[in-house]
Amino acid sequence: MTETLTIGKALNLGLRRAMEDDAKVVLMGEDIGRLGGVFRITDGLQKDFGEDRVVDTPLAEAGILGTAVGLAMRGYRPVCEIQFDGFVFPAVNQIVTQVAKLHARSKGRLPMPIVVRIPFGGGIGAVEHHSESPEGYFVHTAGLKVVAISSPADAYWGIQQAVAHPDPIIFLEPKRRYWDKGEVDLDGAPAPLFASRVVRGGDDVTVLAYGPMVKTALQAAEAAAEEGRSLEVVDLRTLSPLDLEPVYASVRRTGRCVVVHEAPLTLGLGAEIAARVTETCFHSLEAPVLRVGGYDTPYPPSKLEEDYLPDLDRVLDAVDRALGF
Amino acid sequence: MTALSHTTEVVDPVPGAGAPHLPDQPDLVQLLTPEGERVEHPDYALDVTAEELRGLYRDLVLVRRWDSEATALQRQGELGLWASLLGQEAAQVGAGRALAADDMAFPTYREHGVAWTRGVDPLHVLSLFRGVDQGGWDPVTTGFNLYTVVIGAQTLHATGYAMGMQRDGAESATLAFLGDGATSQGEVNEALIWASTFAAPVVFFCQNNQYAISAPIERQSRVPLFQRAAGFGFPGVRVDGNDVLAVLAVTRAALAAARDGQGPTFIEAFTYRMGAHTTSDDPTRYRLASELEEWKLRDPIARVKAHLSRSGIADADFFAGVEADADALAERIRSGTRELAPPAPTEIFDHVYAEMPPELARQRAEFVEYHSRFEGAGQ
Ligand SMILES: Cc1ncc(C[n+]2csc(CCOP(=O)(O)OP(=O)(O)O)c2C)c(N)n1
Repeated sequence: MTETLTIGKALNLGLRRAMEDDAKVVLMGEDIGRLGGVFRITDGLQKDFGEDRVVDTPLAEAGILGTAVGLAMRGYRPVCEIQFDGFVFPAVNQIVTQVAKLHARSKGRLPMPIVVRIPFGGGIGAVEHHSESPEGYFVHTAGLKVVAISSPADAYWGIQQAVAHPDPIIFLEPKRRYWDKGEVDLDGAPAPLFASRVVRGGDDVTVLAYGPMVKTALQAAEAAAEEGRSLEVVDLRTLSPLDLEPVYASVRRTGRCVVVHEAPLTLGLGAEIAARVTETCFHSLEAPVLRVGGYDTPYPPSKLEEDYLPDLDRVLDAVDRALGF
Repeated sequence: MTALSHTTEVVDPVPGAGAPHLPDQPDLVQLLTPEGERVEHPDYALDVTAEELRGLYRDLVLVRRWDSEATALQRQGELGLWASLLGQEAAQVGAGRALAADDMAFPTYREHGVAWTRGVDPLHVLSLFRGVDQGGWDPVTTGFNLYTVVIGAQTLHATGYAMGMQRDGAESATLAFLGDGATSQGEVNEALIWASTFAAPVVFFCQNNQYAISAPIERQSRVPLFQRAAGFGFPGVRVDGNDVLAVLAVTRAALAAARDGQGPTFIEAFTYRMGAHTTSDDPTRYRLASELEEWKLRDPIARVKAHLSRSGIADADFFAGVEADADALAERIRSGTRELAPPAPTEIFDHVYAEMPPELARQRAEFVEYHSRFEGAGQ
């Protein structure tokens, strides 16, 4: 059965199904119960699964992740909601020093099937700490896996796959796209979780994006097509592990590559990807791999976020530069 | 110091009990009843002149008007967000007016009433919620730190600042604001430990407005919050947060003790958030209208008004004058907010560092060059 769903609703349905499939799945977070979360992603779940499975926690992120570690050791599958990207930092000690390392330290004896859901990225006109892109910290931490969804289908299937997965996953949800709609085949076979995907074919330049920037990249491709330029857009989907084989294949054809993300440029994911693409596809490249990112500044007040965030013009500008070499 | 003595008796929690927010509270310090009657408390004598009383009333009314005006402006799309203080005016004005000029306040994001008492221009606070800047006031000259959105972080700043005052031999103290939800944060517990260990001149002022967004206080604590202080080794006191006189008296005493080298105090101002958590929140999802009705009977402004009229301290002319002042403030806020324009986009880069690194300078130059290409493009 195929339905048209928003990303938010698809996540809600996906979580519901994950909870039905496995009684060990426990949702934990601030305001996720009666309120259904500030973005209503868990709407109605506490009503149907009870307060023991959809837990309104005290206002303590270190507590949410720290207790998730203990629950995971007892065979539970905690799915933690962090209310906004900027509020994950009190939990970072637990995530980086404990969640990420216990499997290795215990030689596999301590399972850590924890999902940390984080609404991330800007563009919603919020006050500070509500628009950050913290993925770099997590990608840099061995022992974690990091996924960023961009479509309702990936939201629905991705969250179920993440919950069923044995390793800890930072699950990034592009908050400004929560209300975007798309088709979801509720029964069909899902795309693998740790695989990137070509979402638009093209010949001139390969554009890589993930999360909220996938839509921006597609808009840029649309605009470029009107000028007779053909952009291939790849949705990375998984940030750790990175799945770059399809990217290499694409770059070998196009000879040009632009990476787009909202996170600040320096040591952002684009840096890693540029290095790998250069190392692997050096002889096919007609231009250096170019990056479009946020600036190396704090996320600005909302009235300036349009100036900060990469938009389709900045993507097209990078495409022009890549083609100009 | 007896004025800040605390009980250590633990109240038996009743998990899930209905309407738990108005229990009998023998520990509650009150100087003005909800009916506007002046009562005495053995530990908290308060001398206020008629002039001061009228001033407090004026503060309460103006702060409430600022708040309702801001809520309206948010609805009209002029502000991105607003965190209303409705119902918490007495807690904030009482605490703010207890501060001396050299003291330093560390707010969260809802302390507009304290900002008012520190002389911060309301438009500077509104500019933050409009998204044109991150808080336009000067924390140094106002003695009012920038708002802190990350829950609990400021309690450590207040403690460290107090330790600085202590080292400098300054006879001043800090006042750290936090919510009931914030008490669950690890960092807040660390602040309480540091303050206690170093006898820092800091007063923790917790507005227990009964909710952290949708989570009721029972989700954060099984004991009354003021009793937590005992475990950290310093006094805790619970004050009627809707009673501006009691809040003023209790906070004054705690700040005086802190300045006097007696270390920290934890004040729990027992109050209620009458509005939504912020303008993005829908409280009907998690609380009953009947609860709101009960708390309306404890309105922080009505009781001062009743007291002023009954005791002849203020007459109809005075009240009319305050209304006129509120109208003028509302008008200034309305027109002023609409005129708050975003700064030049290059501001994104300009204050990140005291010394701008070359790479950021390069990004700034690239930004300027890129945007100059669009100038006049549409003409
Ligand atoms: C570390 C952190 N986690 C989550 C949030 C999101 N958040 C903003 S306000 C709030 C509730 C705060 O409740 P409380 O401390 O009682 O203060 P109140 O808003 O009631 O004044 C939450 C969860 C945040 N700002 N910071």
